[in-house]
Amino acid sequence: MMNATAGTSQQYVFRKLLRHRSATIGASIILFFIIIAIFAPLIATHDPRHANIAERLKGWSGTYYLGTDGVGRDIFSRVVYGTRISLKVGLISMSFSIGFGVLFGAIAGYYGGRLDNLIMRVMDMMLAMPSILLAMVIVTILGQSLTNAIVAVSIVYIPQYARILRAAVLKVRELDYVVAAKVIGASNSRILLTTVLPNCIAPLIVQATLGIGAAILDAAGLSFLGLGAEIGEPEWGAMLNENRKFIRRSPLAVTAPGIAIFLIVLGFNLLGDALRDALDPQIDG
Amino acid sequence: MRKVLTLLSYLLQRFLSIGLSLLAVSLLVFLMVHLIPGDAAIAILGERATEKALIELREEMGLDKPLYYQYAKFLWDIAHLDFGRSFKTKQPVIEEIKRYFPATAELTLAAMAFSILFGVAAGIIAAISRGTFLDYFSMSISLTGISMPIFWLGLMLILLFSYFLPILPSTGRLDVVLDLDVQSRTGFYLIDTLLAGNFAAFRNAVAHLILPAITLGTIPLAIIARMTRSSLLEVLNQPYITTAYAKGLPRWKVIGKHAMKNSMVPVLTIIGLEFGYLLGGAILTEHIFSWPGLGSWLRTAVEARDVRAVQGGVLFVASVFMLVNLIVDVLYAYFDPRIRVGNEDR
Repeated sequence: MMNATAGTSQQYVFRKLLRHRSATIGASIILFFIIIAIFAPLIATHDPRHANIAERLKGWSGTYYLGTDGVGRDIFSRVVYGTRISLKVGLISMSFSIGFGVLFGAIAGYYGGRLDNLIMRVMDMMLAMPSILLAMVIVTILGQSLTNAIVAVSIVYIPQYARILRAAVLKVRELDYVVAAKVIGASNSRILLTTVLPNCIAPLIVQATLGIGAAILDAAGLSFLGLGAEIGEPEWGAMLNENRKFIRRSPLAVTAPGIAIFLIVLGFNLLGDALRDALDPQIDG
Repeated sequence: MRKVLTLLSYLLQRFLSIGLSLLAVSLLVFLMVHLIPGDAAIAILGERATEKALIELREEMGLDKPLYYQYAKFLWDIAHLDFGRSFKTKQPVIEEIKRYFPATAELTLAAMAFSILFGVAAGIIAAISRGTFLDYFSMSISLTGISMPIFWLGLMLILLFSYFLPILPSTGRLDVVLDLDVQSRTGFYLIDTLLAGNFAAFRNAVAHLILPAITLGTIPLAIIARMTRSSLLEVLNQPYITTAYAKGLPRWKVIGKHAMKNSMVPVLTIIGLEFGYLLGGAILTEHIFSWPGLGSWLRTAVEARDVRAVQGGVLFVASVFMLVNLIVDVLYAYFDPRIRVGNEDR
């Protein structure tokens, strides 16, 4: 019986998603980038890190589809390989934020009292600062690298997940079946995993989808500031920063990486918005 | 009288909570020094600091004393606006903040004005022409605006308006030639040039401000437009609006006066929140346009791991952000009497 209803509600969500135009567009964009990331070595025409000073600042041509940058690297290949970095950044930092967010939120909501107060105070403080400012503090502490940028962005987004989880825990904590599970002697972690988590999967999925886009955008921003990816890495934000010196001579070099960032973030935002509509039964669309 | 008292107690609560948040931020900023791997004094003064300078700094910070003592000392110093010296420029951090902040403030205020003006207007137009092409058009623009990396938007604006159509400058706050003529009094170039009576310089300063302000203001504009639209649509469905129409009031008066005042409450909240975004976005925008503001300065400080400068800058920006939110809260209480009434109930 349980399974039957779960099946139909899943089908319902799926049908609603299919009907939703922005979901289809968003998912297609994401799929497109995933394919590019997987087949990057086949799609790219050059080594994205290979500099060839003799060929610097070339316009678009049959050999260099998007021209070359200031040290003669092929921009097309760099944009293609940049997909790998951005998806990696988005996925890793989202998983990290969810992991810690869920942990902190669950502890705060389940145990309540002083622990709850302490955790949520810290989360509030993090939310009370512009996110890039917090990320810059973390980069100052850890030093500049792509890995540290990922860590910084991950930490910045922990509070959002913690809040979702805490609210969900507070909602179910006093419910009869949770109390019943306690009476039977289920352990705290078991109760959290079997009764609490399933109740907040929907908002977590929505937040995670939007979160990947936000993480990609923030990490690219850090790299654009010269505080993220190492010099020479085919990271979209870093490419924009390096190529903007030559904006007049090679406009394509600052156009292409930006369009890539814009599209991938748009993809996750569209899908996230559509998921929110589909998973939230209160909004009928 | 009672109303004033409840408003005061509300403000007092807000002050307290801001104080607590600032205390938390100061703790984070304080711990920064100790979280950096290795010796705290070297972290602050850099690898090449002399042994003598290191010993002096250890003495000054009380690095041999317990942490709570060091934190108290740190709080005492920042309460006196003493953020120490930047190890890179050797200048007191507070002086640098004073020097660079007006540029950021000018940029942020211009961006805010741009986004509120056009955002609210677009939202109203979309709401009163609901379901038409105009509505879809402005809303799809605002949807794409939200996904736009602003650092890229800025570069595209430079490409369009200072390269393909060379009508606007793309770097700095004033042409170098004019820079020498204008004496800096307030640090706000629009005001300084006017005070100097130099209208050519004023026009030049405005021209320099346009692209950065549009870049920084676009995302808030998109969000404000969406909020205005949905909030106004909600209000327009309420019975008192029907009553106003039934009384025979003209449409502009119903929307402009009756509907607008109520629909502005959530918009105000968004504007307050967006201010934080603007302060963050200013860091990126200043980098694009070589705008000599706090954001550019802070970026350089992070790059050089100039700890004292980062500490001071972050604390300062966080304080400004919270202060703005306080102001928004006050306005909020003014616009929405339910907040005051709600407090009376308790």
